[in-house]
Amino acid sequence: MTDIAVVGFAQAPHVRETSGTTNGVEMLVPCFQELYSELGITKSDIGFWCSGSSDYLAGRSFSFISAIDSIGAVPPINESHVEMDAAWALYEAWVKLMTGEVDTALVYGFGKSSAGNLRQILAMQMDPYLVSPLWPDSVSVAGLQARLGLDAGKWTAEEMAAIAQRSRAAAKSNPDAQIAGDVDIEALLASEFVADPLRAHDCAPITDGAAAIILARGDRARELCERPAWITGIEHRIDSPNIGSRDLTTSPSTASAARAATGGDVSNIDVAELHAPFTHQEIILREAIGLTDATTINPSGGPLTGNPMFSGGLERIGHAARQIMSGDARRALAHATSGPVLQQNLVAVLEGRN
Amino acid sequence: MAKQLAAVLGTGQTYYVAKRHDVTMAGMVREAIDRAMADAHVGWDDIDAIVIGKAPDLFEGSMMPELAMSDALGAHGKPLLRVHTAGSVGASTGNVATSLVQAGVHKRVLAVSWEKQSESNAMWALSTPVPFTMPVGAGAGGFFAPHVRSYIRRSGAPDHIGAMVAVKDRRNGALNPYAHLKQPDITVESVQASQMLWDPIRYDETCPSSDGACAIVIGNEDAAEAVISEGRKVAWIHATAMRTEPLSYAGRNVANPQAGRDASAALWKAAGITDPLTEIDEAEIYVPFSWFEPMWLENLGFVPEGDGWKFTEAGETAIGGRLPVNASGGVLSSNPIGASGMIRYAESAMQVMERAGDHQVDSVRKAFGHAYGGGSQYFAMWVVGADRPTN
Amino acid sequence: MAEQPLRAPLNLKFDYTRSVGPTIGAFVTALRDRKVVGARSSDGRVHVPPPEFDPTTHEPMTDFVDVSDTGTVVSWSWMSEPIEGQPLTQPFAWALVKLDGADTSILHAVDAGSPDAMSTGMRVRVRWADERTGRIQDIECFEPGESGSGSTAAVSGGDPVTGIVTPIDLHYTHTASFEETYYLRGLMEGKIIGGRTDANGKVYVPPRGANPTDGMPTKEQVEVSDKGTITTFCIVNVPFMGQQIKPPYVAAYVLLDGADIPFLHLILDVDATEVRMGMRVEAVWRPKEEWEYSLRNVSHFRPSGEPDADYDSYKHHL
Repeated sequence: MTDIAVVGFAQAPHVRETSGTTNGVEMLVPCFQELYSELGITKSDIGFWCSGSSDYLAGRSFSFISAIDSIGAVPPINESHVEMDAAWALYEAWVKLMTGEVDTALVYGFGKSSAGNLRQILAMQMDPYLVSPLWPDSVSVAGLQARLGLDAGKWTAEEMAAIAQRSRAAAKSNPDAQIAGDVDIEALLASEFVADPLRAHDCAPITDGAAAIILARGDRARELCERPAWITGIEHRIDSPNIGSRDLTTSPSTASAARAATGGDVSNIDVAELHAPFTHQEIILREAIGLTDATTINPSGGPLTGNPMFSGGLERIGHAARQIMSGDARRALAHATSGPVLQQNLVAVLEGRN
Repeated sequence: MAKQLAAVLGTGQTYYVAKRHDVTMAGMVREAIDRAMADAHVGWDDIDAIVIGKAPDLFEGSMMPELAMSDALGAHGKPLLRVHTAGSVGASTGNVATSLVQAGVHKRVLAVSWEKQSESNAMWALSTPVPFTMPVGAGAGGFFAPHVRSYIRRSGAPDHIGAMVAVKDRRNGALNPYAHLKQPDITVESVQASQMLWDPIRYDETCPSSDGACAIVIGNEDAAEAVISEGRKVAWIHATAMRTEPLSYAGRNVANPQAGRDASAALWKAAGITDPLTEIDEAEIYVPFSWFEPMWLENLGFVPEGDGWKFTEAGETAIGGRLPVNASGGVLSSNPIGASGMIRYAESAMQVMERAGDHQVDSVRKAFGHAYGGGSQYFAMWVVGADRPTN
Repeated sequence: MAEQPLRAPLNLKFDYTRSVGPTIGAFVTALRDRKVVGARSSDGRVHVPPPEFDPTTHEPMTDFVDVSDTGTVVSWSWMSEPIEGQPLTQPFAWALVKLDGADTSILHAVDAGSPDAMSTGMRVRVRWADERTGRIQDIECFEPGESGSGSTAAVSGGDPVTGIVTPIDLHYTHTASFEETYYLRGLMEGKIIGGRTDANGKVYVPPRGANPTDGMPTKEQVEVSDKGTITTFCIVNVPFMGQQIKPPYVAAYVLLDGADIPFLHLILDVDATEVRMGMRVEAVWRPKEEWEYSLRNVSHFRPSGEPDADYDSYKHHL
């Protein structure tokens, strides 16, 4: 495995609504400035740029094109874009670094969910002939998945609330989090359903945000960062879109990606940042990856405390990397998801070295 | 690990038409995939990953439609990436798939690009009303026409050059069974008699709006050897390049964009090519409006700045000329926007693999594929060859 | 002075026309005829709705099987505030329903009245729409209970359905950037205000969220003249959807005096054939009472009568 590492991570504060535009420039420029300053580089030190975003989230075709302004792409840059969470833009950048064509890459993602009705927009990710025309919103579909697990005894409403409680408490130490604080499980369970069986605390909030990560190879990584977070495995897989024909309480694509990325060994994972926008989905992912109680999950607070679409998955990688770069963890796992009810999943493993 | 060799094992396309009424989006994409896999002699288990590209989702009214069609793509349990780089996406999708093999991540990757524009209306999807803006432009043609005028002014090109390119490409299209527009009898006079749409661009100098899909199977050296040992040809990928510049900035040269110049310079260098005009035997260049042929010949470094139109006028870009351009008929003959870049890549590979049928150019050892997108700001391109790259 | 950026509604609305192909076509045609069909995959499972391709062999599915219009709720969630376009306007349950004879569930709505009436394992039946055209909404929704004794029989007749229309109507709030906002406010006062990063930066009209060459915000405001030079142009002859001006008309890049980048606008009050690169033009403003936050306040540009600008003075803007 060629040595490629995360050497920097910056994110915009998670807010319910940014006063900026859907093309993300206002949220991205400070992220880039922070990374350049931290690493002592300029835009000309970046060999490859790759971003993740969605036209339908923004309500515009080619919405990612205006984001290029935040880079300053003169002279022209080596650049690509995926219509996916930026975690997959990071994957594309990792592949580019693996070819040896470049030594550094800057990956970014952005999304202004507040511009539209997110749960309605996401109904358009389903089958355009027989499913989307009914407009099954993303929260309702997640609710179907949640009930399957409740009925099967795989999780309880209390366990789901405990995940929300733990997440918010952890977010107290994350200055960029949207929701943070101490809450009482009984109070959570007494609250109204938003999509029975899901309550508000079971669902990630609507968040506007952006994030950026710098990757580097070998010696360049060591020059830029004292303790690079080396990517020792990164894999992604996809499950069937037919939610009526697969077991929604498991995530085979996550299990497969995790097995390949971890080499089958999850025993020494100190920290796992999981991209679960619903409480019950964290349980599904934990089981799929095979995480034990020895692993701290979402010390950043995770998506339940702020989930900007199309950069939320990238942020999981960024937060996991931060744990390595700060020396707080030796081996960290990051997960990102795409599509309805965990259809597609990416798992990355990051490690520190002496 | 050093960069691995990669080769095109097979290609597949749909028959391009204005509207496919008989298939779903997935059904249409599968036609291209099935043909590519048959051409490459591979089965589903041989494909390690899928990279899919298309232009804005507003064209089809489905958000990330590859999610809903992932089973149809054969992606179940596999890695699936969705690339979107505007009009260049078909080519950048090919570049990403190539990188996956060159990086040693996969042995065989299926790249596919598509557009089913008939689900909506391309003009509408490209010009949805944005508040506070004043829509003066008139679609893509309206954007490019002023810059074509700049080129004509700067180069002193005579008026008939655009018509000559249209005639050449549409007649080539008549030799290509997949082409949307097949016009074997088109003449310079008939083109010049067609309606002026955005002066100086005429109707017959403008690409159609098409439904269609194109797929390529890319493999590593082992996979290529397996194909060669069966007595079939592959197209070795010698180099790829991509560059982006902003849509507009003070002093930008839109008729001869820096990003295109930089990408091609990087490409020639990586491919060990010092004289593109001599060393490239066929070029599939993204020409949606006929004047882009002379403009891109200069931008890509085939001829010096200002000489593109002379090269075209001399007939050198026809099949049989010094550098046949768009023997397939090009974007002027078929334009499913998301797929058009990949069609350039597939056609360049077909030339090297001697599978271009009636539009085959003689003795193609190296061919070039190219696409651009947005307001001439995204560029993706590659060089393929009959021989393994030596550098 | 922190002014709020300007906002406006943005509506993406289109009726998409989708060709359904043979498999989905068979399914929706059956719906029109008050039947539900699935397809059997190579592993023996009956899928409803039928997927186009076999999950294992990837071959087209061809083994169509009739299933019942009655089934069992496999899971459900409650929609307490229905969104426009959803199957029902009163609160309802989303459910995965496994119809008798099928091995997979179909997603649809159940008109149960209240969540208390919903339970996993309950029996539901199709409520057919009175008017059916061959689409998923031919099932208006499900309702609790078994197929009644007076259950409507399947009808047949009519050509196979080959296409459906799926309307999409999404509402967004568009927000102008800080820079665009001061530019638009300027237009509301009859001024054209560009932006630059600092005294050395290029003046952008309209100003941008970030200078595209270096990514720095263009917060410094610079008023420019409403007179300028045509750098290049085209004559628009073609009508197109959404066009507001009657062709032929000239769309030209106008480089205003004081700006470093041209923008597209209309040239009128002159024969299109007389428009030239380098022509000097001046803005023609609409009556003040018609002004809004838009460059539309300038109706068009017309020749100013000055001699053409020297080619060298604008050629680097081409």
